[in-house]
Amino acid sequence: MALTGVEIFKLLPKTNCKKCGQPTCLAFAMKLAQRQASLDQCPDVSAEAKQKLGEASAPPIRPIKLGTGDRAVKMGEETVLFRHEKKFVNPCALAVAMKDTASGADAQKLIDAVLGSEIDRVGQKLRIDAIAITNDSGDPGKFEAMAKLVAEKAPAVAVILSTTSPDAAEAALKHFSNKGAVLYGANASNLDAMAAWAKAAKATLGIAAASLDELSDLTEKAKAAGVEDMVIDSGARKAGEIIRDNTLIRRAAIKKNVKSVGYPVITFAMRDDNMLETLVASAAIAKYSSIVVLSSMEKWKDLALFSLRQNIYTDPQVPMQVEQKIYKIGEPGPEAPFMITTNFSLTYFIVSGEIENSKVPARLAVLDSEGLSVLTAWAAGKFTASKIAQFIKESGIEGELGGTKELIIPGYVAILSGSIEDKLEGWKITVGPREANGLPAFLKSRVA
Amino acid sequence: MPFTPPRESYSGKIFEETIGSGPKAITVGGENVLPFHSFEGATPHKPVIAFEVQDVPPEDWPEVVKEVYKGVSGDPVTWAKYCIEKLGAETIALRLVGTHPDRQNFSPDEAAETVRKMLAAIDVPLIILGSQHAEKDSSVLIKCAEAAKGTNSVLGKAQEANHKTIVAAAMANDLKLIAMSELDINLSKQLNILITQMGFDKAKLMTDPMSSALSYGLEYTYSVMERIKLAALAQNDPTLQPPILADVGMMVWKVKETQAPEADMPAWGSLKDRGIAWEAVTAASFLIAGAEVLIMRHPDSINAVKKFIAEMEV
Ligand code: SF4
Repeated sequence: MALTGVEIFKLLPKTNCKKCGQPTCLAFAMKLAQRQASLDQCPDVSAEAKQKLGEASAPPIRPIKLGTGDRAVKMGEETVLFRHEKKFVNPCALAVAMKDTASGADAQKLIDAVLGSEIDRVGQKLRIDAIAITNDSGDPGKFEAMAKLVAEKAPAVAVILSTTSPDAAEAALKHFSNKGAVLYGANASNLDAMAAWAKAAKATLGIAAASLDELSDLTEKAKAAGVEDMVIDSGARKAGEIIRDNTLIRRAAIKKNVKSVGYPVITFAMRDDNMLETLVASAAIAKYSSIVVLSSMEKWKDLALFSLRQNIYTDPQVPMQVEQKIYKIGEPGPEAPFMITTNFSLTYFIVSGEIENSKVPARLAVLDSEGLSVLTAWAAGKFTASKIAQFIKESGIEGELGGTKELIIPGYVAILSGSIEDKLEGWKITVGPREANGLPAFLKSRVA
Repeated sequence: MPFTPPRESYSGKIFEETIGSGPKAITVGGENVLPFHSFEGATPHKPVIAFEVQDVPPEDWPEVVKEVYKGVSGDPVTWAKYCIEKLGAETIALRLVGTHPDRQNFSPDEAAETVRKMLAAIDVPLIILGSQHAEKDSSVLIKCAEAAKGTNSVLGKAQEANHKTIVAAAMANDLKLIAMSELDINLSKQLNILITQMGFDKAKLMTDPMSSALSYGLEYTYSVMERIKLAALAQNDPTLQPPILADVGMMVWKVKETQAPEADMPAWGSLKDRGIAWEAVTAASFLIAGAEVLIMRHPDSINAVKKFIAEMEV
């Protein structure tokens, strides 16, 4: 259980020496209790206090790295249940399953697909993070051969080794020593041996339980055997079980500080029906899984899941704004329509979406109006004739346009057209539709 | 050590609302826990998905979803019957987009005639939607409400700007009503209060906190829905206890990801699967966040979401 500020205070040196940056030991204790400070900021804390407090002040969900190097993925460290409370910390890793019964050619194809899965999405590089090699053959030799192939062909990719056989685990782990691999498959009958192999290879142990009770029991046993890094699976497979167990695990870890489930969750989402698999994976991404294992990779599926992961893990405190600039939609020529709107991100999404929908290439100027929508920004004096004129002049857009310099303004601010025209010499101001959904008809009628 | 499941119970409950009438009527809401949390409370009704049909052919829909309705989408009734008889639609959402002044500018009487024909031809619940042109909608929806009197259909959407006339129309004709505001829990609450202050029964409302599409603001809708559900359940706020409606198809099938051919965007993969996944993932996310009623377009997305809902039963 989490310690209170006063309980922590009792364990501190009580000298009020301020080396921790806090005025008093009590103030520091309070910060620790709220997880706003870390114990190592106090240089004088005793070994005994460290041990007691270390337990209690550790993050409720243990931070663990999957893989090593540039492609390593951080997991755990989450602090809330709902993303509006605070940013979700470490986006879940996506892994693709590779059966050790696959032919060499199929395996190579999958490796190539994983290596080539990276795409650039709104400034972030997203990719399939890991390969989960599954011991379908039941044969340690086949398992090792596949592990060796992956280690050789994709040395930078993180690996999950899924087997319940300690022999297979030992054989495969030889190729992933110190590589941040996960050895998944520790259960009641093989725990000691699996724990030993995971420790020897400095791998994370993946607990494969059949219920939450068993899960909590197994992690405690593994811990007693000296394993610190674990990822956990309660055995939930159906979407409803995933929501249920992940919710209970997250609540127990965060609200009750239950250490036995304070580990990242691994979820197996494989389905014969690929679209259903995509949705089950979506539920796992939204509701607390740290690793989601998929049966296959398709570009469309990757794109959808990457996008959802990005959406869910966005910082909710960041204002809903997009950058002030002139956005090109399609490949606008010099005579293409040129429009302006505000930088409220939804306004931008909706307006740019409707322009795309019209299939008419265009330019869209987005004016920094402090994240307000058109009407509100206009009312608040953030979307005015002078601001618009100044932005257009300074943007240098004039050089890109052809003979007619025309700016289309939102219908809601039709009233501004005269004063913008006065301030922007040589420009024609046209009043566009009031609602974004009027844009396709408006734009199409102009090119027709 | 055995694991003690930290179950939550809430004082609030979502209104249980029936839409339509007769044997095909559907009830939504009624739960006293977060979405799909049947392990700690009552979730008496499954979410419902309405197939969207329009009063004009869907010329502005991308090919992937337009082609499904080729041959039936020339007439709204034929289109709706195809959805019900061939695709298993349990609810129809009729969007009167042709009433928009920039489209065919159909008159309120023309729109009401379409509604009348639709109601005469189908036996599943109907959701009647305007073109989201605030001014035009108020005149159109008054007439449509009269045409739907006594059918327990859903009328929408009332927005801040036009709610007075639309609320009065829904009240006079005993219809359910969708109240839409723009992605802010306080705006949703405020509009629901304004509507109930007019004497409208809050247990006949549905809240549309405004949808968005995957990658195009999904997280805002998602979090507003979660916050509405928490306020309704944990704080027992009756103004936020109406079921939530998510108008998904309309938002999804206009983004680039549902339109750009694979030839142009090779890294994005198959356009057809991508479009279907875009709609299905958006819809499933909103179900997890709190939506009880979805409006969708592609039958394959709808099927996938139905299977997903079925898998939620444990
Ligand atoms: S550094 Fe340690 S001993 Fe000094 S004030 Fe802070 S908590 Fe107290």
